[in-house]
Amino acid sequence: MWISNALIAVLRFLIGVTARWEGPPDLTRQRIYYANHTSHMDTLAIIAALPREARLNVKPVAAADYWGKNRFLRYISQQGLNAVLIERNPAPGQNVLEPIFDVVRAGHSIIIFPEGTRSNQALPAAFKSGIFRLAETFPDVDLVPIYLENLHRSMPKGKHVPLPIICTIRIGNPIPRMAGEDKAAFLERARDAIVRLST
Amino acid sequence: MTLDAKFLWFFAAIAGLLALASIIGWLLAKRATSESAVATVENLNQRVNAWWGMVIIFFISYQLGGNATVVLFSFISLFALREFITLTPTTLGDHNALFSAFFILIPLQYILIGTHWYSMFTLLIPVYAFLLLPAIAVLSQDTEAFLERTAKIQWGVMICIYCISHAPALLLLDLEGFKGQNALLLFYLVFVVQMSDVLQYVFGKLFGKHKVAPLVSPSKTVEGLLGGGLSATLIGGAMFWMTPFNFWQSLLMSAVIVVMGFLGGLVMSAIKRSLSAKDWGTMIKGHGGMLDRMDSICFAAPIFFHMTRYFFSV
Repeated sequence: MWISNALIAVLRFLIGVTARWEGPPDLTRQRIYYANHTSHMDTLAIIAALPREARLNVKPVAAADYWGKNRFLRYISQQGLNAVLIERNPAPGQNVLEPIFDVVRAGHSIIIFPEGTRSNQALPAAFKSGIFRLAETFPDVDLVPIYLENLHRSMPKGKHVPLPIICTIRIGNPIPRMAGEDKAAFLERARDAIVRLST
Repeated sequence: MTLDAKFLWFFAAIAGLLALASIIGWLLAKRATSESAVATVENLNQRVNAWWGMVIIFFISYQLGGNATVVLFSFISLFALREFITLTPTTLGDHNALFSAFFILIPLQYILIGTHWYSMFTLLIPVYAFLLLPAIAVLSQDTEAFLERTAKIQWGVMICIYCISHAPALLLLDLEGFKGQNALLLFYLVFVVQMSDVLQYVFGKLFGKHKVAPLVSPSKTVEGLLGGGLSATLIGGAMFWMTPFNFWQSLLMSAVIVVMGFLGGLVMSAIKRSLSAKDWGTMIKGHGGMLDRMDSICFAAPIFFHMTRYFFSV
């Protein structure tokens, strides 16, 4: 816990990380937070924006090729951020999402970045299908869109030091679930929910 | 009066004023009924509470000595520049220049004050940073709106680092018969500027009818400006005992501080509007951001610094 508290303190000092909620959240329900992805600070910024009681049960999904790269990053991501590491380039026949399904089944809330990689734009790129499969498998879990504002300016892809620019975490209300919606329509609608929060 | 006695009188007077403001705010809160009155009084009380916080921070920094005051202002510059850059549309190509501004220029400028290197303190930003910041930015080869981006960063650095740093730079002046008491001069500057802001707000709320510049700043009124500005000038004149000035000199200095502070508020308000924002930030409850509180200081500090240096240094 102290690792994440220390990291959150540094982040607050540098980039503020103010949370803006679209409506009062129902934190008793299991939630899948999904956000646009522009910097290595994104996961921590979302955790910092959540109320303390909501942080305990949240597991962010992180790429094993970065966050498991060395012992230091592995320690930070697993002990500090409580992350689930996934392989972005799995061996044939292996299901990338299996570790995520396991933690959702176990009742945890999760944080995912449906673009699958960082972008250097203010608005998210097209989503990969992972979030659709999660939504399909767990119809009773709330899907919560988050727009991360200014993080692409503070620490853009390729830069290693964050600039002190005030970043705001805009957390939306859960998006409505529609039975039988096809993949393309769902991914578009989920992405639009983030774009809407950006204005 | 000894330095310590002056200092204690000064802070005791401020604590008294704030206590009075807190009591008035409390009485108003009990009487307010209409929705807009409740909102105004709530904002007023938030402002008074923030003032308590700011005065306590200044008090502690004084007790810790001159270097602590310099460090305090370096953080004020950092938070001010952070607000300025947040509202300014910079791009990836500015990252290294901004990195230098935040993490090299701010510490360097305040180290120069701490080490009393006057000439370098006045040159670092207008000469070296002016030339080197665009030179750093140009290496990323992004020419889109290059002049606009460079100019905006330049402005942010001048206002938030260079201008603000002239307030603690008062500590490095060598004044006639005032040795070791320069901290009082810093308090004098901050006090007159903030008194002027507060009194303009109070006079404006009580008697304000005619707006000075409605398109720039809807809250500034002629009545507020004259009433608040004149009374702040008089109060400043009466504070001559904590400065190297006599009463008339102090009155004139206060008048300059008040006028520059007013112009600073106006210019910074226009910049804020051109960046389409209402407040610079949300750091100081009731006031907005750090720059909303520092805008008058930005303009008053350098002029006050140079006038004092020109007329009163040894």
